[in-house]
Amino acid sequence: MTLTANRPSATKDAPAKAVKRTNPVRFVILAALLALLLIVIAPLLIITINAVKSPADYASGGPLSLPPHLYWDGIVDFWNRVSFGEKLWNSFITSFTVAVLGVLLSVLNAYALGIGKVKGRLWFLVFFLVANLLPQEVLVYPLYFLSKEVGLYDSLISIVIIFTVIQAAFGTYLLTSVYQEFPTELLDAADVDGAGKLRTLWNVVVPVSRPTLGVLFTFFFIWTWNEFFLPLVFLVSNENQTVPVALGVLQGDRLMDVTMTSSSGLIGILPALLFFLIFQRTLTRGITAGAIK
Amino acid sequence: MRRKGYWPFLIPGVLASVLVIVVPLVMTVYTSFTKWNGVGEQRWIGFDNYTRLFEDSLFWGSFTNILLLILAMAVVPTLLGLFLAAVLFDYVAKKFSNRWASLLRSGFYLPQIIPVAVTGIVWGWILHPEYGALNQILESIGLGSLAHNWLGEPGSALYSVMGIMIWVQLGYPIVMFMAGLQRVDPELYEAADLDGATWWQRFRKITVYLIRPEFYVVLVTTTIAALKIFGPIFVLTGGGPSNATLVPSYFAYKNFFEKAQVGYGSAISTVLTVLIIALSIVFLRLQNRAERKA
Repeated sequence: MTLTANRPSATKDAPAKAVKRTNPVRFVILAALLALLLIVIAPLLIITINAVKSPADYASGGPLSLPPHLYWDGIVDFWNRVSFGEKLWNSFITSFTVAVLGVLLSVLNAYALGIGKVKGRLWFLVFFLVANLLPQEVLVYPLYFLSKEVGLYDSLISIVIIFTVIQAAFGTYLLTSVYQEFPTELLDAADVDGAGKLRTLWNVVVPVSRPTLGVLFTFFFIWTWNEFFLPLVFLVSNENQTVPVALGVLQGDRLMDVTMTSSSGLIGILPALLFFLIFQRTLTRGITAGAIK
Repeated sequence: MRRKGYWPFLIPGVLASVLVIVVPLVMTVYTSFTKWNGVGEQRWIGFDNYTRLFEDSLFWGSFTNILLLILAMAVVPTLLGLFLAAVLFDYVAKKFSNRWASLLRSGFYLPQIIPVAVTGIVWGWILHPEYGALNQILESIGLGSLAHNWLGEPGSALYSVMGIMIWVQLGYPIVMFMAGLQRVDPELYEAADLDGATWWQRFRKITVYLIRPEFYVVLVTTTIAALKIFGPIFVLTGGGPSNATLVPSYFAYKNFFEKAQVGYGSAISTVLTVLIIALSIVFLRLQNRAERKA
């Protein structure tokens, strides 16, 4: 697979060349693309206008009318009913810990495989690649059973451990291909200075590969944030749920009225949108690096 | 030069992987040869789960559904994404500006960042038979006869899910292909222009040819994602109505946690895993052959 981690960011904003003829066709094409874009984002727009609409306005105007005034009660009520702050914190702390530990584990593995070139490295790589492809269904029941045995069922710790390993499988695969190309002069220089392997890793390898590690961190964070299947199985009690699980299991709840359901949708979109804006640059680079997932 | 003595760095990773991946995998494969309800005694029954599986119409149904979902999650988004990426890169960026191209790309990518549970809420709401926006739109433009219980009727549920998955997936190929096009030498396009090639000819002869590596990567990753699909089915339809949208992973989940048929569920997930790995090997082979030819 093509793995290109450090490709310069996608579009450079060079001004278009002076080929702008007044050709009506190009505006037809742009209009068609904008229409397609509108279709793609329409569902999100509809959810947004209904999230801030009162049930009464909804009853009189239907789903497509603009709200005559902004109505925040749906969002506030929903937030309080599911203790959304708590869910946000659960998601944040889980995703953050997984991202940190996952990057750490990937670095250690990739240092041994990519730079150390330990014996049997091809087989280790095949293992991590396969681990990455496995459907979570094939792991879920034993993990569920074992976590119950050791008392980690219904705990964020079990989710952190599991996802650290799963994400690191991807990270190891990606980072090993990056470290294989690591400039040997830098390693030799560290050798000459008498730096041990651990110090070389910490003082030379990690700083040089920081951009790639940033991409991995971003990926691990967002992937873990969006995970649904294993958290659904493991986090059964209300106070342990992450955002996607809390939103997923509330769907179709009879106590939710029409506009409150769209409020819950908006509340779920907002953190994702925030990450998207913060990490957009990293992500554009990273998606290209993330050839496997 | 081979550097020595790095193996201790592998210890944490290997131990953790054995615990979280190898042991559970082996346990699931073993369990697939037993009858077990998850608490009582586990009894060895040989291949019985597998023979039962191949006679189970639900199992075959779930794989037929997956074929259609591969169409919606891999084939359509890849082809459509290839075309849109080429238009954005080679037309919009040149005739308008890069800013327009990036803006459109980000917009198309937006559904990709939304957590699956939220996708379920958004689309469940829009397609709702009583208060959903889609039926209202159809009525307001005089097509009320088309209004439907989109996700609730066996005839339309799977097609509705397919439509939603195209919406979810489209942004990924666009971003991947546009990134791939960055490494195409602009002189190639200029040369083609001088030779009087039309846009469509350039698209077929240059664009498609040059981003084959990305093409394979996108196709394999999206196909595997389709084979693994769980979240969207769970939040949109729960596999229903009357199993019209049942998929293997959800089928396994139901056997594990609703029917307490752990052995049978394990057999389903084992078959799914073998299929995914086999498919990956085939794709990798194809990709290597294509790269060698190039």
